Amino acid sequence: MSDATTTNLTLAYYPGCSQTGTAAEYDRSSRACCAALGVGLVDVPDWSCCGSTPAHTVDHHLAGALAARNLIQAELTGHDRVATPCPSCLAALRTASHHLAEDSHPNGAAQNNASPGDADPNSRTRPSFRSQVERLLDRPAPLRSVAVSVLQVLVEDVGVEAIAAAVKHPLTGLRVAPYYGCIMNRPPGLMAFDDPENPTALDRVLTACGATVVDFPFKTECCGAAFAMPRLDIMQRLSARLLDMAASCGADAIAVACPLCQMNLDLRRGQVNAFSLGQGGIGHAMPVPYFTQLLGLALGLPESGLGLDKLVLDLRPALAAAAERTAEAQKLSAQAAQAQKSAKANGKNGTGHGPKPGCKENTPCA
Amino acid sequence: MHIPTPPLDLEHARDASFQAAVASESGQCLASCYQCGMCTAGCAYTPDYDVPVHQVMRLVQLGLREQVLSCRAIWLCASCQACTTRCPNNIDVARVMDVLRHMARRAGHAPEANVKTFADSFLASVARHGRVFEAGLAAVFAIKSGRPMQDAGLGLPMLTRGKLALIPHEPTGNGKAEVAAIFARFNRFADQGAGRHSHDDVQRSGTPKASANTPKARSDTAKDSAPTTEDGQ
Repeated sequence: MSDATTTNLTLAYYPGCSQTGTAAEYDRSSRACCAALGVGLVDVPDWSCCGSTPAHTVDHHLAGALAARNLIQAELTGHDRVATPCPSCLAALRTASHHLAEDSHPNGAAQNNASPGDADPNSRTRPSFRSQVERLLDRPAPLRSVAVSVLQVLVEDVGVEAIAAAVKHPLTGLRVAPYYGCIMNRPPGLMAFDDPENPTALDRVLTACGATVVDFPFKTECCGAAFAMPRLDIMQRLSARLLDMAASCGADAIAVACPLCQMNLDLRRGQVNAFSLGQGGIGHAMPVPYFTQLLGLALGLPESGLGLDKLVLDLRPALAAAAERTAEAQKLSAQAAQAQKSAKANGKNGTGHGPKPGCKENTPCA
Repeated sequence: MHIPTPPLDLEHARDASFQAAVASESGQCLASCYQCGMCTAGCAYTPDYDVPVHQVMRLVQLGLREQVLSCRAIWLCASCQACTTRCPNNIDVARVMDVLRHMARRAGHAPEANVKTFADSFLASVARHGRVFEAGLAAVFAIKSGRPMQDAGLGLPMLTRGKLALIPHEPTGNGKAEVAAIFARFNRFADQGAGRHSHDDVQRSGTPKASANTPKARSDTAKDSAPTTEDGQ
């Protein structure tokens, strides 16, 4: 992989709070994959919380200030692009950049899409988003740095071909449901990555890893997000149907790109299964690794560096089942080839001995 | 799906300035919503809403302020962005739902008390530590929500997998003090603006923790660097 490190691709890196705790394996495997594929990551020094969903549900300026502080910190790395594994962090950082850029007029009033019919007499005097955020920060807000997802960096900067070329242990036979979550690609104007209704970046990375990607209709359906704590019933309902759908697609595993999705589908599986069973449904044992863990395995990285032991639902049985299925399929196809060969040989040997009963079934149509 | 229509009291309940206020705060053209129902069709939370999202939009257009600000739906929106992505009139519906939640907070409504408690506890944790302290947040929420046992079963699997950091991972430098200063300013400005709005709810979320933390944040700030000393004033 030494040749890969010559790509000279280095970005600032914002881990995000979850990646220091419940999603430590996402951080670890993201770093390992980036290093293996020649992506340099420089940690944002002294980073703080981006505000995530709770901040914007309380106040947009507070959310803007909490995110903007990290964009300012990111500039200290000397890199204008900040990679983050977490879609919530990504959305918070990109939202702040977007509204600050939109509002870069020095003395402009708030930029409104509102029509004359919506005209508010106060809107002309409303302080701009930028001025409000700068007031909370007590310093000028940045414009330069922009956040991107680790997934986007891998797909667009490294490229699927380069990933495929670096794969050492293809995940042959492993059937994976690619689950993007709500906000990796939405809204499209803000995230500017992949397709908002049928994203394919994860599909392409997993295919490059040698896995079989199933056609998963719930790629971007919500798992219940942060409602697991305040409204467990909602999370149970939404996550249960994701698992049901993945099972109906024949998936061995669901590959995720979001720490909140992963927590709902993995750590909270007992709660979700309890709901399903209570509804007369079935429980599922399907593991939910981060896509970076699967990529790391395919790249031949040591398991200890991917945090596989941190998954609540063990990935190994799914890998073993896939390997067994592949071996079985290979055995069957070898047998079939052998049978065909011998049938051909028998056919030659049997010339002049008259037709054998049933041989018609083995010969192609005349 | 049968979607009931809420009773409307246009004669007495209408606030003619409400639509404009929501449009101004959200920056969205609410007048362009023609009730196609695309937002409701794609909303994963429609079964949990008391008022489906396209009706929330209509109630805003009708100026039925109280009816909108007291509904549960605006608290149950997860900001999944499906509505915003699909709106044929390019309305950022999720942002409108956000703004309605801000207004509901200021008006003292919180029909989904635990949703509000979760957001408040999350931000209090950020104000105190500079980052979310997950174990602390879970413990605080378990107590405040009155359902301490709901997630008790998750502790063991998290502990055995080293996923439960028992001490907060705080920013390594001045970040903790800077974040505390952002919250302090936010609460102070909210107080100053309280003539127009009441930010009591937000105050309660950040302040007890933030104020408990303020003397420390102040000394950190004074020690480490100057830019945020405003926090101590």
